[in-house]
Amino acid sequence: MHGLKVIFKKELADHFSSYRFIILFSLIGMVSLIISYMVGLTIKNELQGIAKPKFVFLMLFISQGGLFSFVQFVAFFGPLIGLILGFDLINRERNEGTLSRILSQPIYRDAVINGKFLAGVTTISIMMVSIILVITGLGLKMIGVIPGVEELCRIFLYLIISIIYISFWLGVAILFSILFRSVTTSALAVLAAWIFFSFFIPLGANIIAKAYVPDTGGENPEVLIRQASIQRAISLSSPIILYSDATATIIDPTRKTTRSFVLMGPFEKISQERFSGPLTIDQSLLIVLPYIITLIAITVVCFSISYTVFMRQEIRSA
Amino acid sequence: MNMEEHVIIETEGLTKIYNGQIAVDHVSFKVMKGEVFGFLGPNGAGKTTILLMLLGLTEPTSGKVRVMDIDPTRDAIKVKGLIGYMPENMGFYNDLDAIQTLRFMADLNGIPGKIADERIERALKIVGLEGDAIKRVGAYSRGMRQRLGLAELLVKEPKVAFLDEPTLGLDPDATNRIIELIENFTREKEMTIILCSHFLEMVQRLCKRMGIMIKGRMVAQGTMDALAREKFGLDQNEYTLEEIYMKYFQET
Repeated sequence: MHGLKVIFKKELADHFSSYRFIILFSLIGMVSLIISYMVGLTIKNELQGIAKPKFVFLMLFISQGGLFSFVQFVAFFGPLIGLILGFDLINRERNEGTLSRILSQPIYRDAVINGKFLAGVTTISIMMVSIILVITGLGLKMIGVIPGVEELCRIFLYLIISIIYISFWLGVAILFSILFRSVTTSALAVLAAWIFFSFFIPLGANIIAKAYVPDTGGENPEVLIRQASIQRAISLSSPIILYSDATATIIDPTRKTTRSFVLMGPFEKISQERFSGPLTIDQSLLIVLPYIITLIAITVVCFSISYTVFMRQEIRSA
Repeated sequence: MNMEEHVIIETEGLTKIYNGQIAVDHVSFKVMKGEVFGFLGPNGAGKTTILLMLLGLTEPTSGKVRVMDIDPTRDAIKVKGLIGYMPENMGFYNDLDAIQTLRFMADLNGIPGKIADERIERALKIVGLEGDAIKRVGAYSRGMRQRLGLAELLVKEPKVAFLDEPTLGLDPDATNRIIELIENFTREKEMTIILCSHFLEMVQRLCKRMGIMIKGRMVAQGTMDALAREKFGLDQNEYTLEEIYMKYFQET
């Protein structure tokens, strides 16, 4: 236990004093500020003179300001936080010869990897909490609406899911830093993974669906439905899609399903059309619970692979 | 006097196979309390592998290892607390200064803050780094890094120290300082030391007994007199360790 604490403290200090963290943090802080400022302006203008609708505050997170909304921004660039923080955690120490030195001290070997992972998760949490607090503060000032309890709960849930999501990418990065001896290789591998999941899977899902169920010309609904369901199944293999769908539903109470309109059953369609009231938070949570559980599961799986590989790796001098 | 009580390190038929290649082949030796045991042999002879097995960092394929009657494969944490290991090409965190580096190691060893601070101050003075204590380790010269490594041993105060090539790539002056420090370790701290080195002059000066490793096997061990007698059948005074070593090396 005490080894874990020492490593954790050291890693946390390392993160906070690194240029990498400062650059990453200021970049992401800046972008989120700009997004929420623009969204705030729009909301403020549009709310002038009309009665305030419910859940105005959450709009700060889901409305598009400039290119994308804050939620979309985190979905796309959140992974980079995790990846950049983690891609060289183990192999840099191995290359510099500090790993064998730490491991020859009286601590358990898993203290090293656990401490590093926990320190990364803590760094990510602090980053996300402070960014969301800044946005919330800015929103309070700009649109002058105080968020209700439910809105705060939803933001809190959103925060938790985001932290798990970014931690998953941290886990991927740590795994790569264990598997690849060279820091450059793991950096490239990590980038490749990010590009693959964020760009190729959505693109590839579309192409594969079309190849599997070719267009028959005209608008055959059966073909469209089959295409859409294949595309959906494939894109769900990307954590980015899992995360975007989960958080979009959590942060937007009017969203009642993660499925696209094409795939909805008749009852779903009717309820969507007739009952436009917002969902309660537990109902929203119920819809995306499988997504959240999957996110947690892949994070755990990823970390346990890293853990096992790391524990079994031979420590050699060179 | 009971000899058994003073055996600090003992191996019997120690063997390690890496990917089908024999790195260490049935090595048996003993190191007594307070002695400096020299480990000689060409690169890749398996010296470092033996050290790693003694530390419990690598599991032996077969054979027996005991460090102060503890089995490193079973109770690695305990053994690591007793041994100070200074690897070849010692790695430091370049962003930390000397005091931070030593404090980190003290923390890992669970040495309480106050005692650690005292030991760090004293250790830096002994190795002559007190003037550079708050300089980044990244800016240290090779000799300074090695001395910092020895300071780490002084802070940890282990019962046993493994020094792997402590003078590699150092200038004569720095080498001399390291040798004096090692002498100081055995004299004042009563540390038992295993010293791996190619610098035979140093081994000759520091070690009473030594073992010669070639291709994973320990081809000879004993005092320098014994080694010389075995090969030359003559009085050891006429030969340097280098000549003895070369003789073994050529014959294997």
